[in-house]
Amino acid sequence: MNEMTRNERESSEERKLELRLAPPGVENWFKTNNKQRDYDYDYESKLSLSTTNYFSNTNNTSFLHFPSNKPIVRGKESSSSQTCCPKSVELQNGDNKVTAVSNTSQKRTAPGAVVGWPPIRSFRKNLATSSNSKASQPESHTQQHNKVAGKKPIDNNYGKGLFVKINMDGVPIGRKVDLNAYDSYQNLSSAVDELFRGLLKAQRDSSGCGGNKEEEEKVISGLLDGSGEYTLVYEDNEGDRMLVGDVPWHMFVSTVKRLRVLKSTELSAFT
Amino acid sequence: MRENPPPPTTTPDLARGEIAESSTSKNRTGSSEPFPGPTENPSPFPDQVLENVLENVLHFLSFRKDRNAASLLHLKRMSVTDEDLRLVADSFASFRELLLVCCEGFGTPGLAAIASKCRLLKVLELVESVIEVEDDEEVDWVSCFPNEGQTHLESLAFDCVECPVNFEALEGLVARSPNLKKLRLNRSVSMVQLHRLMLRAPQLTHLGTGSFSANENVDQEPDYASAFAACRSLVCLSGFREIWPDYLPAIYPVCANLTSLNFSYADVNAEQLKSVICHCHKLQILWVLDSIRDEGLQAVAATCKDLRELRVFPVDAREETEGPVSEVGFEAISQGCRKLESILFFCQTMTNAAVIAMSKNCPDLVVFRLCIIGVYRPDAVTQEPMDEGFGAIVMNCKKLTRLAVSGLLTDRAFEYIGRYGKLVRTLSVAFAGDTDTGLKYVLEGCPNLQKLEIRDSPFGDGALRSGLHHYYNMRFLWMSSCKLTRQACQEVAQALPHMVLEVINNDGDAVDDVEILYMYRSLDGPRNDTPENEGAGKGEVEIEATMSIG
Repeated sequence: MNEMTRNERESSEERKLELRLAPPGVENWFKTNNKQRDYDYDYESKLSLSTTNYFSNTNNTSFLHFPSNKPIVRGKESSSSQTCCPKSVELQNGDNKVTAVSNTSQKRTAPGAVVGWPPIRSFRKNLATSSNSKASQPESHTQQHNKVAGKKPIDNNYGKGLFVKINMDGVPIGRKVDLNAYDSYQNLSSAVDELFRGLLKAQRDSSGCGGNKEEEEKVISGLLDGSGEYTLVYEDNEGDRMLVGDVPWHMFVSTVKRLRVLKSTELSAFT
Repeated sequence: MRENPPPPTTTPDLARGEIAESSTSKNRTGSSEPFPGPTENPSPFPDQVLENVLENVLHFLSFRKDRNAASLLHLKRMSVTDEDLRLVADSFASFRELLLVCCEGFGTPGLAAIASKCRLLKVLELVESVIEVEDDEEVDWVSCFPNEGQTHLESLAFDCVECPVNFEALEGLVARSPNLKKLRLNRSVSMVQLHRLMLRAPQLTHLGTGSFSANENVDQEPDYASAFAACRSLVCLSGFREIWPDYLPAIYPVCANLTSLNFSYADVNAEQLKSVICHCHKLQILWVLDSIRDEGLQAVAATCKDLRELRVFPVDAREETEGPVSEVGFEAISQGCRKLESILFFCQTMTNAAVIAMSKNCPDLVVFRLCIIGVYRPDAVTQEPMDEGFGAIVMNCKKLTRLAVSGLLTDRAFEYIGRYGKLVRTLSVAFAGDTDTGLKYVLEGCPNLQKLEIRDSPFGDGALRSGLHHYYNMRFLWMSSCKLTRQACQEVAQALPHMVLEVINNDGDAVDDVEILYMYRSLDGPRNDTPENEGAGKGEVEIEATMSIG
């Protein structure tokens, strides 16, 4: 689970390159979670890009593993998606921060999803995430073996997030949220606020209610305790609508199928 | 905490070679020497090796008396089948110790054979091995231990076994094992069950706690802290496979005596770690997840002045711009834990300054493995390559024998390694270097280099040739996704008849570029088990050199 605090996550997002698409007059309408690198290098080497992966089953952080594994084609090839501009530019609420990338003579593009990196035993990777979510089935060493021996590329668990849909009353567009990125209801609640605050305001502005377009975006709070205008609920693996917050976090993550932000006044319709 | 098994007294592959070549020699007896298990040598296709070895050993030990002398089997990174285990169980009646580290290929039937037949068994330890679980073949192996009378068990470790065990049988077994000192449970064992076992075995020194997690319905929870307090000899704790942090206070009573704590499966935050670590003044070995953050590392640095080994694993291994641990925690550790000898540290960013600080604060470092998860990451502050940091490590840490590098590195880093890393035996390189010169520095400069593994680095034929003078001294060389050509590999193979070179390419067609080169000494004959080409996607293994002994 990613336990970055909200502050750290914000500054982390500052450093990411953000694409902005917005209808006129609205900021922050649509943020992509863009995982582009800060460091862009042109990949000059003649290395074959259809490289093999021999490391998925690394032992003890060494690169070697059981030699009977057959090599696998690397997932994503590098380059084009990574190199857009030579500088990483941050735009946040009108402040322009420009971070120059190093002037080293090296030019190489960091690849996309690198298979078999970092050198962690899949045994350990699986066990770290499997207790957080049942969505990612822990693969046994052997299962990965078999996958290797066949023709399919290895599916490294470390790429999986636990993405669930989240819809909000009054907002036609839904979002998706990676529950593995949070470790508590509080963090989730903050994330929901961030996800929908802008969208909600856009909705209100366009529908003409709340006349003042210069009005600040309203923080969406009180999602968990019933004190706010909205309340967070979820649908569990049995199809039932449940109030978020009753069970321990890890139990919640293992049973949640989708989330919904309801108007608190609507709640009585479901009780 | 699992320490590495003691190394065999003879160089393993040579020993194997002796067995394979001179089967008439009567000089080898099992006696008290550790069984010459292979270490990093690759096993040929799974079924063969252990069988070969066992057959050869059995050939020597034809007298029952001799067979009784064979008592120890330490295997690492081997493929072991249930049949192999049955063979061991059947052939060696007075078998004492079975240690399987990072092995795979066997399941509960094999364990059952060992349990039932090896009546003198003292040690059964399965460490980070993969136990196959096939439903129709699952065997209740714990019940296979003798049901009556006391056992000789001193150590039982099955924390890596994924399938549930028969708890009643386990409890009975523990109750009948007065010499049991080390017990490592798997995650099917709940908190309540753990409690019962601890009451039976207060003499434990090493405990793997199983799940350490809440049951669904527990009417009345027992006093876990008392059970821990009763284990006055406990020095090593591990497990915590599905930790329910509310239970952490249970271990407070033993913290003051702990020398080894493995939290590497426990997703605990800084506060939770601090509540434990503040008592652990004697801690020497600590394995944790980066969920503890820099704050947690600072707490470790403040308390664990005796720390020798630290491993920090990532909860989330994806590349991110920032992570929960960084140069801040890293430097704090270097400030507080001056006796550090071994570190394995996964992070998203690092600075040269922090690495340089560690090189100066921790001169006793023998193992330094820093894995900056983001490939080609420069110094987070200066944006410079990480050359100076790693350079300082090889310069200042005069006892360094094992090094793993990462981040943005130029040839300069390798120049430092070649110049100062005179004791380095194992080197791991990934996504580093600029030209052949980098690798040349290392091959020419490091006389003690034994194991070299490189991936995704721009080293080519010139660099490969520059090591010809040294490869015979090495255990292996691994180069993947570098710039080698088939021709150069063939040259090397011809120049070095005692090396086995494997060239492995993803494509079925013979191409000039070599994707993987794996080269190692071997006294065994040339491999004759090249797999059939089954078309695209299958690897092609070539045997380039032959082996001969004078």
